[in-house]
Amino acid sequence: MHEMSIALSIIEAVEAKAREEGAERISGIDLVVGKLAGIQPESLRFCFSAAAKGSMAESALLQIEEPEGIGECMECGRKFPVSFYYAECPECRSLKIGIVSGEEFTIQTITIAEEGD
Amino acid sequence: MCDTCGCSTEGGVVLRKPGETGYHLHIIESDHESLIHSHDEAHSHDHSHHHHHEESSGRKVLLEQDVLLKNNLLAERNRGFFEARNIFALNFLSSPGSGKTTLLEKIIPLILPHSPVAVIEGDQQTTNDAERIHALGVPVIQVNTGSGCHLDAMMINRAVKELELQNNSLLCIENVGNLVCPAMFDLGEALKVVVISVTEGDDKPLKYPNMFHEANLCILNKIDLLPYVDFDARKCRENALRVNHHLEWMEVSAKTGEGFDVWQQWIESKLKQR
Repeated sequence: MHEMSIALSIIEAVEAKAREEGAERISGIDLVVGKLAGIQPESLRFCFSAAAKGSMAESALLQIEEPEGIGECMECGRKFPVSFYYAECPECRSLKIGIVSGEEFTIQTITIAEEGD
Repeated sequence: MCDTCGCSTEGGVVLRKPGETGYHLHIIESDHESLIHSHDEAHSHDHSHHHHHEESSGRKVLLEQDVLLKNNLLAERNRGFFEARNIFALNFLSSPGSGKTTLLEKIIPLILPHSPVAVIEGDQQTTNDAERIHALGVPVIQVNTGSGCHLDAMMINRAVKELELQNNSLLCIENVGNLVCPAMFDLGEALKVVVISVTEGDDKPLKYPNMFHEANLCILNKIDLLPYVDFDARKCRENALRVNHHLEWMEVSAKTGEGFDVWQQWIESKLKQR
């Protein structure tokens, strides 16, 4: 289950940023996890709550934005929604599809908690 | 807990070498860096957290950082090291039991007359696979990931420091048997080789598309068993190419050696292209 090591990577990254900002507690984390990124948001949430214990992000609210997969036909250029890599172009039936969106996997922002929050 | 030194290594990563029973290295991930100790050194584990306790205001701070940034940066360092020393690194991926270790056991003696070879073996537990490679007389190190389901760039970085890698050589990295998680982690390899066997389903590429999408070469192994199993090799190839139309495809039997001439040529041509 790679979501656990990924949850730990997220905590490491947000703690580093929070320290840089002179903060001691993180109240929110915004992630972008594309639907083709190979990550189960529910597993990630589950692992995150376990991994965050004792960290600056222990009580952080995890917001996950999940952009849809968008493919582009490499034959005719048509863009269309895809749910996986083996999509077929609805225009020309080509299987040569490039993924233009849906593979994102980034930490967008963190929210630094105010004292007494 | 480590049975040699008694330190806490639950889920921790351990490096081991066949034939060296006293040797093992723990890799412990802390906040900022990996803490490493061997049993030649005095133990001093500093796992303490150093948090700054300063006033903070409630505000959003932009990161826009790739979640796998640290792994990817380390993978690029590995890649730079391999390039500088003209080492061609292959990352072998598959589900457990598809025959990765046997494929390596059989191909390495064919490659050795042309190029030095070294191997990094990944598994959760045991040094069984490393022992088999060790018997071939090539440098090998076992990475035991404990509860971990994949190798990452940091494990490779550490393992490479413990291996006597020669310039102009081939490095085979046998990943943990798992068709899901290892696809996510760049190790710094030149190419990824995914192995499937005819005792699995021919729809595997559709069931685990991430892995096949990331791979450069797919090797279908155990083709000597095709008369006895319900497996459509042509359909499997079609499924794999649907997921990744750049994927190269090869059919072999590690048991009979069928198809190994093609595979050997593939490796040798890649070694020449470096």
